[in-house]
Amino acid sequence: MSEPSTTPAMPKPPASRLDLRSRSGQLWGAVRRSLMPLLAVAAALLVGAILLLIFGYDPIQAYATMWHGIFGSQRNISEVLLKATPVVFTGVAVAIAYSCGIWNIGAEGQFYLGAIGATYVGVYWGDLPGFALLLLVMFAGFIGGGLWAVIPGLLKTWINANEVVVTIMLNYIALGISSYLVTGPMKEASGYFPQTDMIADAARLPRIWLPTRLHVGVILAVILAILVTILLYRTPLGFEIRTIGSNRNAARFAGMPVKRTIIIAMLLSGGSAGLGGAVEIAGLTGRLFAHISPGYGFDGIAVSLIVNNNPLGTIFSGLLFGGLRAGSEIMQISAGIPSVLIQIIQGMTIAFVIAFGVYNILQTQQQKI
Amino acid sequence: MTPSPIPRLEVKNITKRFPGVLANDNISLSILPGEIHALLGENGAGKTTLMNIVYGLVHRDSGEILINGMPVNIRSPREAIQHRVGMVHQHFMLVPTLTVAENVILGMRPFTHHLLDMREIEQDILKIAEKYGLQIKPSELISRLSVGEQQRVEIVKALYRGVDLLILDEPTAVLTPQETTELFKTIRSLTKQGLSIIFITHKLNEVMEVADRISVLRDGKLIATKSVQETDKDELAFLMVDRCISFTVEKPEMKRGEPVLVVKDLTVSDKFRTQVDHISFHVCSGEILGIAGVDGNGQNELALSLSGLLRPSSGKILLNGKDVTHESVRKLNRVGLGHIPADRQNLGLVMDFTVAENLILQRYYCSPFTTTLGFFDLAQIQENAQRLVREYDIRTRTTQTKLNHLSGGNQQKVILAREIDQKPKLLIAVQPTRGLDCGATEYIHQILVEQRNAGAAILLVSTELDEILALSDRICVMYEGKIMGELLNTGEDILRIGRLMAGVTDS
Repeated sequence: MSEPSTTPAMPKPPASRLDLRSRSGQLWGAVRRSLMPLLAVAAALLVGAILLLIFGYDPIQAYATMWHGIFGSQRNISEVLLKATPVVFTGVAVAIAYSCGIWNIGAEGQFYLGAIGATYVGVYWGDLPGFALLLLVMFAGFIGGGLWAVIPGLLKTWINANEVVVTIMLNYIALGISSYLVTGPMKEASGYFPQTDMIADAARLPRIWLPTRLHVGVILAVILAILVTILLYRTPLGFEIRTIGSNRNAARFAGMPVKRTIIIAMLLSGGSAGLGGAVEIAGLTGRLFAHISPGYGFDGIAVSLIVNNNPLGTIFSGLLFGGLRAGSEIMQISAGIPSVLIQIIQGMTIAFVIAFGVYNILQTQQQKI
Repeated sequence: MTPSPIPRLEVKNITKRFPGVLANDNISLSILPGEIHALLGENGAGKTTLMNIVYGLVHRDSGEILINGMPVNIRSPREAIQHRVGMVHQHFMLVPTLTVAENVILGMRPFTHHLLDMREIEQDILKIAEKYGLQIKPSELISRLSVGEQQRVEIVKALYRGVDLLILDEPTAVLTPQETTELFKTIRSLTKQGLSIIFITHKLNEVMEVADRISVLRDGKLIATKSVQETDKDELAFLMVDRCISFTVEKPEMKRGEPVLVVKDLTVSDKFRTQVDHISFHVCSGEILGIAGVDGNGQNELALSLSGLLRPSSGKILLNGKDVTHESVRKLNRVGLGHIPADRQNLGLVMDFTVAENLILQRYYCSPFTTTLGFFDLAQIQENAQRLVREYDIRTRTTQTKLNHLSGGNQQKVILAREIDQKPKLLIAVQPTRGLDCGATEYIHQILVEQRNAGAAILLVSTELDEILALSDRICVMYEGKIMGELLNTGEDILRIGRLMAGVTDS
């Protein structure tokens, strides 16, 4: 132990054998971890079946309908993907902020601001040439959501304001702004409805699986998740974000620009959620109305948590959410099960997945001791 | 100590394997009533694991535990306490916003009444504290207590639960010499009342001072159990590290060069008090300047302000002749400042990052780790890690192992490798060997001296006088933020340094 061995002593053979064993162990761990959510869903559906029985419904028929609702037809599959798309965006948003040690509960508001920005450009700058307009719509979405998230970032770095409180409050303000705009300044030129005009055709995202409504946004979501993973694990900025998230003092000690990085991380986080809003407008609805998001931003928190805030993982947890939402909608319509009961089953599934996830984390922590 | 036929605790053939490590290898030992039993060994020897097994925090793979002759199966700390076994961890488990009394009763049930009568509880606590001669104020908030006082609360917490075997995990690692003396008094008064104490440590002096019997662990094995009368420091050190160690570092004649660091009239203060009070000194290349002093006399603040982490309120810092008083941490790092911080787990390392990542914590954005395109070059990062792991003998399974899987000594080696590999002109080392075992300490001392011989200027801040005397060329003594005196290290001025540390000036 005492000699600073300058001779290149190669790692001893036993060590490398251990190394191999640990790697296969890691592989098994990874497999087990990825199976966990499926087990959790199965467990939740089982408990849900008991509930359905208690209330006098046939669980087998109910789940058959649900299965059909998810995989039954081209249209159903596309609806699952459509519902998964926005929560992957918001899930990635939550994951980025969490990597930097910040709880972004404001993805919902950032999603709204992104939708507002995208709609504004799409409606009022509609004369711009095609592809440029689409790019600008997406950019407006990113900036809208990003700047909305920079507010809590600045407050955190300036006066150490708790980001959880600030982001939650900003959600309400964002919702208020959106409601005001669609009933006032941005209200559609004709008609009574509290909604904006349609954005220009050139601002719409192309559909990719006709005749379904599925649009290119689903691919953008996957690309975003991949890009963010590369950013976090393969670039200096990502290294700074992760270091600050793990140990802010060590980041300061290492000379990292802590405040600047937190602001950038929030910009990227809010930007991802805002991009989700823009994609929803440009891909699906074509216009803004007051309640454009049924809670995608909040779902994003769960989507990110389930996969331990791994941006790549949000693709899978996003699909799980999409399937759950789409499947249970069909279950409600076709099997005549009350929506309250379906919401209970949905909520239970999320709770189970999170519980199994926590169990996983505890398992890995125990190995550390 | 009166030998008794039934040991209070007996562990038989305990084996515990962690992934890749045999932490406890067939260990058997017994603790007698009223005995102070030291568990001695280097970091990673398996002392804490063994005690965590006894306390129910870790589960054994095989072996037997007997308490008062009865075999028991302890699965949780709660069960351990039911068997009258208590443990005080190295890192305290106290809630800073609660009072002493509230912390003492935390997690206890049931109470006789539905409402807590805090006054009655405080009275009980005072009674216990008095019985064992512990000074404690039950209504005080934990956050207002010093580290030594907090430790007392932890001990009272265990006593309040009626334990008669108390495990202390590295209790002196966080204490000042005065607090250590106080603790030893406490321990002795506890054993007079019949308690047994297990004292985990790697400090030979303490073992000789306070223990009745000593069990030496090495690489997970029990090497020997000796009574204090039949052994001495040299033998114990030999048993611990399996080879003879020299307590003095070989140090060639100093070749002092130009001043590298010049500090002029530096003051650091916060809202409440002045921590560094108009200090001036300099460090030349090729020399080690030791800053001695009792912990908490401004040394930490001095080191933090020199490395750009704390803003000085007045004064000047010159590095290589340039004014760097208000430079950023990164700029200082670029112009040749290396820093081994006192709080290595909180400042120096990211514990859930890999060894490789921790080794590039400052230079991650530079070539060759980041390519011109702005992406990490993972091969280079890996190569860098493998080279440093080899050169600095960092004991880790792979370079992708997370830091919290490494022993304390190897964690410190990661910092050392990272800082020294940048070839600093000035190296600030604060408590570089605190909490480390003999082997790691000696290694780090050697590296520091090597750096000095190679022409680096080294500022060594340490509360361990032995370390200051062994390494320093010159010594400054700090007391309440001021430098009380400066002297060349002849190794013979211990008394004078001691007086200066206590704030008594020469005149």
